[in-house]
Amino acid sequence: MSASLVATEALTMTYAGGVTALADLTVDVRSGVTGLVGANGAGKSTLLKILLGLLEPTSGSVHVLGLDARGEGPAIRERVGYMPEHDCLPPDVSATEFCVHLGRMSGLPTTAARERTADVLRHVGLYEERYRPMGGYSTGMKQRVKLAQALVHDPDLVLLDEPTNGLDPAGRDDMLDLIRRIGSDFGISAVVTSHLLGELERTCDAVVVIDGGRLLRQSSTADVTAETPVVAVEVDGDPSPLAARLAEAGVEVEARGRLLHVDVADPAAYDVVRDACAELGLGLVRMERQRHRMVEVFSS
Amino acid sequence: MSEQAPAGAIHDIGYRHYDGPRLGASYVRRSLFVDTARGAFGLGRSGRSKVVPFVLLAVMCGPAVVMGIVTGYFNLPTLPLGYTEYSFALQVAVVIFLGSQAPVAVSRDLRFRVAPLYFSRPISREQYVQAKYAGLATALFLLLALPVLLLFVGALLAELPLDDQLGGLARGLAGSAVLALVLAGIGLVIAALTPRRGLGVAAVVGVLLVSAGVQGIVRGLAEEFGNDTLAGYAGLLNPFTLVDGVVAGPFGGDSVLGTPPTGPAMGAVFAMTAAAVVMASYGILLLRFRRSL
Repeated sequence: MSASLVATEALTMTYAGGVTALADLTVDVRSGVTGLVGANGAGKSTLLKILLGLLEPTSGSVHVLGLDARGEGPAIRERVGYMPEHDCLPPDVSATEFCVHLGRMSGLPTTAARERTADVLRHVGLYEERYRPMGGYSTGMKQRVKLAQALVHDPDLVLLDEPTNGLDPAGRDDMLDLIRRIGSDFGISAVVTSHLLGELERTCDAVVVIDGGRLLRQSSTADVTAETPVVAVEVDGDPSPLAARLAEAGVEVEARGRLLHVDVADPAAYDVVRDACAELGLGLVRMERQRHRMVEVFSS
Repeated sequence: MSEQAPAGAIHDIGYRHYDGPRLGASYVRRSLFVDTARGAFGLGRSGRSKVVPFVLLAVMCGPAVVMGIVTGYFNLPTLPLGYTEYSFALQVAVVIFLGSQAPVAVSRDLRFRVAPLYFSRPISREQYVQAKYAGLATALFLLLALPVLLLFVGALLAELPLDDQLGGLARGLAGSAVLALVLAGIGLVIAALTPRRGLGVAAVVGVLLVSAGVQGIVRGLAEEFGNDTLAGYAGLLNPFTLVDGVVAGPFGGDSVLGTPPTGPAMGAVFAMTAAAVVMASYGILLLRFRRSL
């Protein structure tokens, strides 16, 4: 639907010690939220540094927002926000002071930096506490400030390195919601790294999977999580007679706890399920089309 | 009656994009320079962090004011302490200022890993180091030059002949500039290598005290053995005596020391050493920050 925001071609990065961090990597990231998945050491952080123009790749080409990352780094960094994985907040400064300062460091005039800081901190969900020193913040609040400083200069693209790290499940959900809003409401594209596929499938429009510096797979989330020809059937009561009846009728069925997974490649199977339930006097609670999970795709 | 929103209501107007100016790397470097120089005096920081720098500034300026008054009151023919001698005499205050403020300029960015946030912005590592170095050097220059200017004002009010004073003032200001550059470099390097809290202060003060001691011992021994050349070169071992040698040599002033460096060759060595210290400090800082992010 749009031009590519990040395009690498045959990107290779070999460190001085002979360690190859990226090998022949060709990816094409378009607008929206893109997940960058890989185990620790897969080359995610190296890729982000190259995208920011802070590391010179050994060979290959890399363009961010249409600018060449080799040589146009400052122009890229003016339009890109970066949220590091590690702690980066001085404890004796308030979130407001911190974000105003970093807004200026992105090239905003001081008054504009103040206005943007107030806006952005509100959007990430920091209110009265933004005037207090950050040393007293919870992990969730710290992550919000880290996100806010990446957004303070209204970038076209943000690079978020493991934004859910160290958060409890509720905080994780909040952060993922925020990232989704960055993409949908703010209209800012994002590249989000994670080693958790489940998170990305809920948040991202597309995923890039790298392993050992190589591209394993690149596709849209919709492709990966497409519908499967399997329906989960839930009935009130014991499902085992139903399973037996369906097997008799020649329908492939698999018991998964209280659910039955029924193969509906042949649509006639729907009728078989309905009739079997009626004959056994079972209440049919739901029939739900199953989707692929990202984990299945990448582990196979 | 028309419906009106209550005053002060907060409306969620959604995300607003910024389409104002983006001022680029040189604006960023200038802002960081100004912030660093102001920060060294605690400006833009908490009220508590203003105490130490301003007390030290008062310590530096107080004697200059008193000397000006005394000179005028007793009609002394010269200032009790020359323009170039002044900072040498009050070097403890300068060392404490450097020890307390050099870590503020660089250690925090390393300790709390804020540095990567700068480098993910338009500014380059070189520009970052230049801004920090220039910022702290400017703050030190203000600390050193303000009392020199006060001495000059005192001398004028005491109606000392202007011609005699101008040369000394120029040398005093030039010496302050060189000393500020040398000290800022040394202080920043030590602070950047000791990012742990409190350690930077101790390290900066410690290194400068030890170097002053070593310089004194070498000089004393050399004088004892009648080797005035070696005694002259001993001044290279401490930033204050190093700059004293530059002031006495290339700047044509008087040394504070009993056995000063003599001759143009020695003067050149002092000047080159001062330049080398500044360049080496800049280089080491660049290497140190290349490692972050």
